[in-house]
Amino acid sequence: MEAQGLGYLAAGIGAALTVIGAGLGIGKLAAAAMEASGRQPEVAGQVRTSMLIAAALIEGATFFALAICIILATK
Amino acid sequence: MLLQESPQGQHRVSPAPAGESKDGNLFVKLLHHTRDSHELELPGATIDLPYILIDKGQLHIFKNGELLEEAGYTTQANKIVRAQDGIPATLDLSITKHVVFLWVAALLVILLAVTAARKNMKRLVPKGFGNLVEVFVVFIRDEIVLPNMGKGGIYYLPYLLTTFFFILVMNLLGMVPYAATSTANVNVTGGLAVIAFLMIQYSSIRAQGLRHYLAHLTGGVHWLLWPILVPIEILGLFTKPFALMIRLFANMTGGHIVIVSLIGLIFIFKSYVIAPVPIAFVLGINMLELFVAFLQAYIFTMLTSLFMGLGMQTEERHGH
Repeated sequence: MEAQGLGYLAAGIGAALTVIGAGLGIGKLAAAAMEASGRQPEVAGQVRTSMLIAAALIEGATFFALAICIILATK
Repeated sequence: MLLQESPQGQHRVSPAPAGESKDGNLFVKLLHHTRDSHELELPGATIDLPYILIDKGQLHIFKNGELLEEAGYTTQANKIVRAQDGIPATLDLSITKHVVFLWVAALLVILLAVTAARKNMKRLVPKGFGNLVEVFVVFIRDEIVLPNMGKGGIYYLPYLLTTFFFILVMNLLGMVPYAATSTANVNVTGGLAVIAFLMIQYSSIRAQGLRHYLAHLTGGVHWLLWPILVPIEILGLFTKPFALMIRLFANMTGGHIVIVSLIGLIFIFKSYVIAPVPIAFVLGINMLELFVAFLQAYIFTMLTSLFMGLGMQTEERHGH
């Protein structure tokens, strides 16, 4: 188990866990947005805007973790 | 390894020396496409970009890498260090690929804005290119600035429009062959985030006055708690622009890394027969990248205006 091999392994597992977290989070968010749009189609535009804002914030955290994984994989 | 340029700017790699991990090396070599570099690759020619250093109070300008090595500097881990003692040069102002495309994007944005303004001044109802730009401007004004910042937000509309179009043009330039994404450089997005930070503080101070702005930093607790709370609040001021920086950087870099890795699949399999499969994937990811270019420009602008609007809430909300 060399250090470099462990580094690659950690990067891969980290990236996978990050994407699981992001997928779950944004999935729940999208589900809520769909439901709200279904109940009240008039506010669908505002719901979509808020959904995009929240999705971008969640993805921001995701990419932070991904950036660390990439640094780990290339060093 | 032998590297040749092909029309897409991809490197063709010949078999790796024995004992080296082929995939690891290939990935690192392909990553070089998303990274900054001191050369500009054009179809058929490579332009060496100058290295400009300020070291020990002296300005050095080198035309290319060889002159740099001759003068006693080497590159270590992307920093230019003196060969003798390994200390990094004091200030590295080299004109790199990302800097060149920053300038190209800035020129394009200026051209875009001036052309659209000229065309729209001449007629009452915009047509053609002026119409297209007006769609974006009205979208930003009505969906981003006015809801978040109210009437006073129009004062900041030029800054937000500049942010949006600048980031958009830089992101889109990354999709052009032989051009580079300047926003895939954390320093570029860091600079954008620094300006956003300054604008957020400026808008808060201008709307609330310096006393109220500082009062918000203390958060309305008993004055004995201030030494604990104020540093945390000041740190909290920095997290939002930091997140802006990381979000834009990681989105842009990540997209390009995926594209480059999928194309690298062709080289790993070493056959052109399976090439259509990665090319199809790359086509899909390219479409996604175009969407992400617009989306990230919109998100950056919207979050900046959101934070500015939060800071501009005046006394009617709080009452202190």
